[in-house]
Amino acid sequence: MSSDNKKVLFGPVIDNNPIALQVLGVCSALAVTSSMANALVMTIAVMFVTAFSNLFISLIRNQIPSSVRIIVQMAIIASLVIVVDQVLKAFSYQLSKELSVFIGLIITNCIVMGRAEAFAMKEKPGISFLDGIGNGLGYGFVLMVVAFFRELFGFGEIFGIEVFKLVQNDGWYQGNGLLVLPFSSFFIIGFTIWAIRQWKPEQVEED
Amino acid sequence: MSDTKNKETFGKTVIFVFIICLVCAALVSISAVGLKPLQQANKLLDKQTKILEASGLLEKAGSDIVGTYGKFVTAKMIDLKTGSIIDGNTDMFDERSDSRDANKSTKPENDMAGLSRRADRAVIYLVKNDAGQLDTIVLPIVGSGLWDLMYGFVGLAPDLNTVRSVVYSDLKETPGLGAEVLNPKWKALWPGKKMYNEQGEPVIKLVKGGAKKGDVHGVDALSGATLTSNGVTKTLQFWLGDEGYGPFVKVNREQIRNGGLN
Repeated sequence: MSSDNKKVLFGPVIDNNPIALQVLGVCSALAVTSSMANALVMTIAVMFVTAFSNLFISLIRNQIPSSVRIIVQMAIIASLVIVVDQVLKAFSYQLSKELSVFIGLIITNCIVMGRAEAFAMKEKPGISFLDGIGNGLGYGFVLMVVAFFRELFGFGEIFGIEVFKLVQNDGWYQGNGLLVLPFSSFFIIGFTIWAIRQWKPEQVEED
Repeated sequence: MSDTKNKETFGKTVIFVFIICLVCAALVSISAVGLKPLQQANKLLDKQTKILEASGLLEKAGSDIVGTYGKFVTAKMIDLKTGSIIDGNTDMFDERSDSRDANKSTKPENDMAGLSRRADRAVIYLVKNDAGQLDTIVLPIVGSGLWDLMYGFVGLAPDLNTVRSVVYSDLKETPGLGAEVLNPKWKALWPGKKMYNEQGEPVIKLVKGGAKKGDVHGVDALSGATLTSNGVTKTLQFWLGDEGYGPFVKVNREQIRNGGLN
């Protein structure tokens, strides 16, 4: 794999993270991170949509009339999201019951639209597809970090497996009530951004 | 980019958008129609699993949900007003869609469960034991919790008073608080409780701070979830009362106790 491809694929994980650096797609990071299983499925769904919307948009980028390009991008993204929702309903009913609303909202996830407009409209299909996967990875990285802390300290579990025994199940651990609520992700995302910028000071914006 | 811009004309743009719409529509319809059988099977499986859980057969069923359900469970449609069993397609029945139809639903006089309208019919599930005798009657319930309607099932013994289980299947309550109705430890508090007092009134309720020992009509409320607990109490009292399954219970109690209801 050439170094360019590598940069496109893995750059968004830390160096150019869509949530931590570009601060896009935060809304869904709040909602779906109460458990790691949910966060993982959401990550895969977003990765799929970003990758394929990038691919298709890049394939027809020279044909898209610029006056209607946003609408064309939306049509493609929305169709892909509906397909993902249908597939999830057919193969993982339990998860789709919990996630269905948020899967639908991938349409409005700024990462997907942002990559289509900023990358896929200019670059070749192959590299655009990689860029979509990469941004899905970056999104997923933050989601999994947030979900790890929320599930572990909110419910005493990781991927549904008991780590700390909760008081209500005769254990010793009192689940953190704040972390089970969506807005607690703001704090964890904030701390994650701080940690990344401590490590990579070049990401710090100038005043 | 510059020559594509020059080539852009109104006619070409319209044709392009039309083609895109056509392709996207085809993609969406193919996935929706193609996956429909699988989705419906999933939905049915989910419902059957919950009914088996409410009747205590889930462990026995193992992975064979459909087979166990088919062997032990019979669905019956009832008229809630008279309490009698009527004919009807039990597979196609949907309480919430009936409740939106003014001809098929009634506005409850005492709308404790926060339903605004209640369907006139209901589908109940009669569950047999190995000997072929009626063992559990599973009644669907729905009522407001804190955030939204909560759907579930109540399993009753043939005396239509002793509780076998209270199982919620669909809810949007707060995880860790209201959603603790799904906690197996809380569900284990239910078996053996009595729904009705001696006058035949539904008096089952969740007790804040914990039910007294020996209280057959009280179950511990969920700590930190007063509004969800109130919702569960009101939902149960509504559905077991006169505007819910009350008439059915009165009409059929004798018959069921003698094992006569099939």
